[in-house]
Amino acid sequence: MNTTEILIRVIALVIKLAVAILLTTGLIPVLIWIERRGAGFMQDRLGPNRTAIGNISMAGIVQSIADAIKLIFKEDMVPRDANKVLFAIGPMFALFAAVTAFAVIPFGPDVHVMGYTISMAVADLNVGMLFVLAVSSFGIYGILIGGWASNNKYSLLGGLRAASQMISYEIVMGLSLVGIFMIFGSTSIVEIVKSTDKTFLWGLLLPVYQLPAFIIFVVALLVESNRIPFDMAEADAELVAGFHTEYSSMRFAMFFMGEYVAMTVGSALIVTLFLGGWQFPGINYLMRQNQWIGLLCGFMVFMIKLFVILWLYYWTRWSLPRFRYDQITRLCWKYLFPIGLANVVVTGIVLLLIQKI
Amino acid sequence: MGKTIINVGRPDKLSFWEKLYLPEIIRGLMVTMRHTLTFPKVTVEYPDERMEVHPNFRARHRLKTREDGSLRCVACYLCATVCPVQCITIEARESADPEIEKEPARYEIDLARCIFCGLCQEACPKDALELTPAYELAEYRHSQLLYDAKRLKTEPEVLPTKKELVGR
Repeated sequence: MNTTEILIRVIALVIKLAVAILLTTGLIPVLIWIERRGAGFMQDRLGPNRTAIGNISMAGIVQSIADAIKLIFKEDMVPRDANKVLFAIGPMFALFAAVTAFAVIPFGPDVHVMGYTISMAVADLNVGMLFVLAVSSFGIYGILIGGWASNNKYSLLGGLRAASQMISYEIVMGLSLVGIFMIFGSTSIVEIVKSTDKTFLWGLLLPVYQLPAFIIFVVALLVESNRIPFDMAEADAELVAGFHTEYSSMRFAMFFMGEYVAMTVGSALIVTLFLGGWQFPGINYLMRQNQWIGLLCGFMVFMIKLFVILWLYYWTRWSLPRFRYDQITRLCWKYLFPIGLANVVVTGIVLLLIQKI
Repeated sequence: MGKTIINVGRPDKLSFWEKLYLPEIIRGLMVTMRHTLTFPKVTVEYPDERMEVHPNFRARHRLKTREDGSLRCVACYLCATVCPVQCITIEARESADPEIEKEPARYEIDLARCIFCGLCQEACPKDALELTPAYELAEYRHSQLLYDAKRLKTEPEVLPTKKELVGR
């Protein structure tokens, strides 16, 4: 590597990092806004629309900023008997794990600058998906540590509930992706998105080919991000808040942000693995004409797909009742796990047959 | 307001289609989507728009007046007697009008204590007291809720029910 290449790569990395952080943490106010207004609309209400700076309300998006300001200025309480160090580390873990997982997700097609190819993922790992699986498991540690360090029985129980369900579904989640790995012969997310072109109708055929895997993956991600109908960790409708019972102020906000970032990353994963990421018909032509316009269009398409999947999260949240605890585990081990295994076998046989022909 | 009541029973046995769960989820999602796209919403954006209350709605009292502007009240104490929370204070004096025996020297209603039962307006033999639908009675101090005859005489202002602010 010569100096120019290093310079270009460093600048590109900084820009990509900025975009990645904006897409994860920066998107949270918008997500909260969509969630609250969406919830209102689904329940025939209007949702929060009155918070305004001066007269600028932006349909209520300022509400999220008000929430953030409120959380920042709240008193940061630490229970007397809590483990101070772990109490501080817990929420950090939760947020860190969620944000880091976004690093390997490409949000646009590769661009060429002065002869160097720059991939639009912060880190183009050849084990990208395995990295995501590994890092997202860290989120469980955040929740468990937070629950344990609070020295509160409700927190501990909430943490345990969260941990057991998340660990169960981690297996199913990994299993559901095996089919995708087999089809593309790669675990690099960047490679998978690149290969999702015409043969898969720019990603539209993948959920059809891998329908069981798609459903399992969506369900597993719902569980992983602790959302209704699988929010056993929090169960805010009838329980004490669960693992973050003792948390207040910004520490609580970090758990909250972790949940929303996990949702963003989960949606991004669904989009990149099953829906073709930034792929859309005609992107190759656009890239040949002007790669920057192509990059912008690819990014827009990625965002549109991302928001569609995110809407699915909210939609299910405000539509479905919560599963009972035994139902969650039964669904995992007795239904999703065998279906996932069968999916792997069937995919293997079909791929072999295609190769033979 | 003509709401239909739907009795929802729990089926004893689920059919195979229902046991699949996924189609039923999609059906449920469709319900919420239908509600999402239904406009207008039921929300009344309160300070900007108000719910229309029934004209018989019982809120702030009003002392009615005769044509010459004097109170119709004859200080018979019936309202003060019937009041279950004893929020009405009346002091009587002799009326200047030879036709009428008494008139109130002081007539006060403590709205902080009033339960808006409307018994006073029913007890009144002269139809001198009525409860108006003006329900916005919040004040910063208790003393401001002590309504004297002068305030009770005033017609409550008609508040707008339609939305005034736009673009929210």
